[in-house]
Order: sequence, then structure tokens, then C-alpha cells
Amino acid sequence: MINSRFFNRSELIGFLSLLLLLAVILPFFLDTFRLNLVAKYLTYSFVALGLVMCWGYGGILSLGQGVFFGLGGYCMAMFLKLEASSVANTKIQSTPGIPDFMDWNQITSLPLFWKPFHSLTLTIIAILVVPTLLAFIIGAAMFKRRVGGVYFAIITQAIAAIATILIIGQQGYTGGINGMTDLRTLNGWDIRTDSAKVILYFFEVAVLFACIITAQFIRLTKLGRILVAMREQEDRVRFSGYSVANFKIFAFCAAALFASIGGAMFTLQIGFMSPSFVGIVPSIEMVIYTAVGGRMSIFGAVYGTLLVNYAKTMLSESFPELWLFGLGGLFIAVVLFFPNGLSGIWRDHVARHVDRLFAMRSSAARKAWANKSSVADGAPAE
Amino acid sequence: MLVGHQPKDFLLAVEGLTVSFDGFKAVNDLSFYVEENEIRVIIGPNGAGKTTVLDLICGKTKATSGSIQFRGTELTKMKENQIVQAGVGRKFQTPSVYEDLTVFENLEICFPRGRSVFGSLMFQRDAAVRERVQEVAEMIFLKDRLDMYAAVLSHGQKQWLEIGMLLIQDPDLLMLDEPVAGMSVSERAKTAELLNTIIKNRSVLVIEHDMKFVEDIAHKVTVLHQGQILSEGTMEKVQNDPKVIEVYLGH
Repeated sequence: MINSRFFNRSELIGFLSLLLLLAVILPFFLDTFRLNLVAKYLTYSFVALGLVMCWGYGGILSLGQGVFFGLGGYCMAMFLKLEASSVANTKIQSTPGIPDFMDWNQITSLPLFWKPFHSLTLTIIAILVVPTLLAFIIGAAMFKRRVGGVYFAIITQAIAAIATILIIGQQGYTGGINGMTDLRTLNGWDIRTDSAKVILYFFEVAVLFACIITAQFIRLTKLGRILVAMREQEDRVRFSGYSVANFKIFAFCAAALFASIGGAMFTLQIGFMSPSFVGIVPSIEMVIYTAVGGRMSIFGAVYGTLLVNYAKTMLSESFPELWLFGLGGLFIAVVLFFPNGLSGIWRDHVARHVDRLFAMRSSAARKAWANKSSVADGAPAE
Repeated sequence: MLVGHQPKDFLLAVEGLTVSFDGFKAVNDLSFYVEENEIRVIIGPNGAGKTTVLDLICGKTKATSGSIQFRGTELTKMKENQIVQAGVGRKFQTPSVYEDLTVFENLEICFPRGRSVFGSLMFQRDAAVRERVQEVAEMIFLKDRLDMYAAVLSHGQKQWLEIGMLLIQDPDLLMLDEPVAGMSVSERAKTAELLNTIIKNRSVLVIEHDMKFVEDIAHKVTVLHQGQILSEGTMEKVQNDPKVIEVYLGH
């Protein structure tokens, strides 16, 4: 699948260097603790990838991606929690066999909507379907009525706030503000050990690359071009015979699906899920990762997420109170000075030199590239 | 004159069309009929409701009352994209092309295939698409610029590109809102030539201010004034109509 047509040269360089970094360099040089941190950062890059599709290409800014991240994360956590709450493990509770927080809240039997999460297959289906369905409902309700732009962003933000309040309020069903903690095994396999964390890291990288390739595939179809067209001239698309609402719903659902997969990965890596990853602040942070990486760039989304989170960890380790100011400043700087983010800087200042380097190596290659570059390199690499 | 005609005899039959914006009737009880292969030009002073009429036909604005029949199908109840699929194409006043896409991609998007979400995911750029894009690009004088981004085209070229985007849809009724506005003299001449090629086998509804241009292309002219028809007929007849001279041409 990876050939010169699927990725042009600069994209291929981006793809391979990211693969090298994530699959070879980082696991080789980092200890398990740091690698686990990278794994955590990468879970957000799924969300950022979704935002590239939906915001970067389609022009639909969602400030509520934390909801979908959380839904995926909670679905995974429910499965792990049920497994950790076997009758043997919970025999000191007044009702053994149900999660501890339910017991504390005087719930005496497992609620109906928890029952499917006994099965890993149904859990995976839920991770993929539930957030996509919710995005479909929200999208259909908004886009069919032509709600868009800032209004859509505000409504998604409100949904993020509502979701947090709901999760915290329904303590007996969701674990409340503490979230779901004390997750231990996945089908009997202990996910807390160092070796499990390394295996999960590689699994996550593999899933991430599957998502990157999916996103790239979508981008290269006519649908990808329609998203760009829609961002620029919505009416022209409508009067070319397309139902703009359906395309927006698709982009929003795709973004929700990616976010949900990221959330499920988060639960597996970190071993808990709580409402603090669902609300307004995390949702906006995820948008900032995308903006820093470059909202038009699939690879930029991953690099942006890694860098901002790395900075966050570094800064909050030394100056915890300064981080939020740093993040706000970073966002303002990106919007004012680098509207295309890191990928824009790369494209405008670095890519040219890299291309020259390659071009010098063979004049035949240069000729072929010169024919192609005017078309292929500009936008796609963004 | 029109009594006894069935609406089906016409490509487009607009009857009793009214739209009111907060009580202001931009179009008031308007009726007109466009035949197959007819070129109809709508003229009228600013605020006469010309653009609103096109908006109503293509579904951008919903009518307050009245009917718009296209080949016997009622358009007022349909969504914009369904109206397009029924065979009505609309060009806007300001050129609206996709600047971040190439000329080729701009034209390709308007190729009438794979218009659903999954259809567009499965869409293949096959020989039929490439040939049609080439053919249209040649008609709109842009065949050497297929790989350029639309953002770098001149104003006139963008207008042509948008006309090309409509052309590739192959609509039965083509609606153009001031196609030569803002064009240079040589661009105008080329556009007239372009319009004369593309009007074959379809009906065209044009809004235009340039009287020389109108005279060149119109089969029939409708003069709108304050949302109503002031006069209708050949250019010659309209030009000699004292009412028209008073409100419009005399100035």
C-alpha cells in the first residue's frame, strides 16, 4: 500500500521517520517509565489525528473530542473493571461480584448497560460503535440544521461539560469523580507489569499507524477533496449536488472514532479512566496539540501531541503552576505566528533543503520530481 | 397568452412566486416560463430581485408561496443538492471556486458521479473522468492550467473555471449570475464565445447588466422591477417599451 502514489516523497519521509522514531528510537533509548509516558501522549495523538480530518480538512472545529476519548476509555475501563471485580476479588463487599464503587453506593446488582462489558468482543464493538453513533446523532442534529462554525464549537464544548457533570453525578454507575481505578488484567493478562506495558506500547503504535493510513486513504479519495472544498466554499459544494451535512457528519464520526480508539488505548496504558479526561479543558488541549502540529498535517498531529505533552511533563515537573500559562501562550503564538503549525514550518523552511539534498543525488530523479512537485508536494504535505 | 398551456410544455415554469423577508416582498407574484434550449436574460435595476429569483430556483432561498416546476417536478420542496441532481446548475455572482484544490480537482469534484458519502470514498479517477475534465478545460481556456491551484488564477479565469464546473455537471438549465462582471474587454469577448458554445442543448438563465452582451446572446429578455415583471419579450421589444425606458434603460 505504501508506494509513491499513496504517499508522495515528503509524506513518505514523514511516515518512515515517524515509524523509526516510535518503533525503534524511543523504545530503544527510553526506560519503561518514560516509554509509558510516550504511550500516554500517543493516545492523544489519535484524537489529534481525528481533528486533522474534521477540523483541518473539513473546517469543523469540535471542542468536545474529550467526550469521545472518554467514551472509548470508559468502555475499555468497564470491561477491565468487571474483570477485576470477580466474586473472589470482591468477597468482602456486601454484594460481591460488582465493581467496588457500586457497592459503596448501595447498588446491589449490576446495571443492565454494564452487562455487555463482560465480553471483550462486545467491548471492542462498543468502543468502535458507541462514540461513532453519538457523533452521528450530534452531527445529524447540528449539520442538517446548518449549525456550524463557532456555534458548533460552543455546542460541542457544552456537551463536554454535560458529559463530565453526568459522569460525576452518576457515581454509582460510573465511579464518579475518581473514575474507574484499580484495573488489573485483560482476559487474565496482567497489564500492570513492565513487560505488558512495552507490549501495549507496540500494539498502540501499530494501531496508530493503521489509523494514520486510514486517514491518508480518506484524504486521497474524492471525499478528502470534498472536505477541503467544503471548508472553503460550502455553498459551491452544495450546489454541485452534494449533501454537505452528510459529509460533515462523516468527518465528525471519523474524528469521534479515532478519539475513542485513543481513549481505549489510554485506559489500557494508564490503568484507569476518570472524568478529568472528558471535560472542557482536556478537549481544548487536544485542539491545541493539533494546532501546534499543524491542523492540516496527519503526521504533524502526532509530532505536535508528543512535543506539547513532553513540554507539559517537563514544565509541570519543575514549575507546576506555570504550565497552563505556557499552554495558553503556546496556543496564541501558534495562531499568530505559525497558523500551519510545525508542519507549516517544516514545509516552508526545511522541506526545501531536504528535497534539494535528494535532488542532487540524481538528475533523473530531479527531473521526475520537478514535474510532480508543483502538483503533488504543495498541499498534500501540509 | 399563456392560458391553455400546460406547465409541462416548458422546461421551467415559475408561477405566482413570492418571497417575503420580514414583510418586504423581494419577489412578488412572479410568473415566467423558460422553454427548452432558450437563452433567457433577466435584467433590471439594483434590488429588482434578480439574484433572489435564481436563489429561489436553486433552493438557496425558500419561497413564501408559489411554485417552480422543472420538467413537471416541483422544486420548492426539494433540497439544494436534489435540485442540482434534477439538472439545475447555478453560478454565483462572485467566483466561488476551491482555491486550495487544483483546476483539475475543482472540475473533478463537479463530475456528476459518486455524490454520496460512500460514493465519493469509492470514486475512481478513471479515463471517462480524465477525458471529460480535459474536454471541459479546453472549452474554458484552462487546459494548460489543470495542475495549478485555483488560488493563482486571475478573476476572469476563476469565472471561467466556475462555468466549467457547472458545465461538467451537464445541467439542463444553467443559471449564471453576472458572468462577465469584472472582466476585461478581451475576457468578455472570450466569455461570450464560451457561452455560445455551452448553450447548445440546454436552457440558460442569465442575469447581466452589460447591454451589449445581453443583445448578443439573449433570445428573450425579462425585465424585473421591484420583484415583478415589468416587461418581457425580445430585446428589441423590451428596449422600446416605454415603462422599461422610464425605470431602467433611460437612465
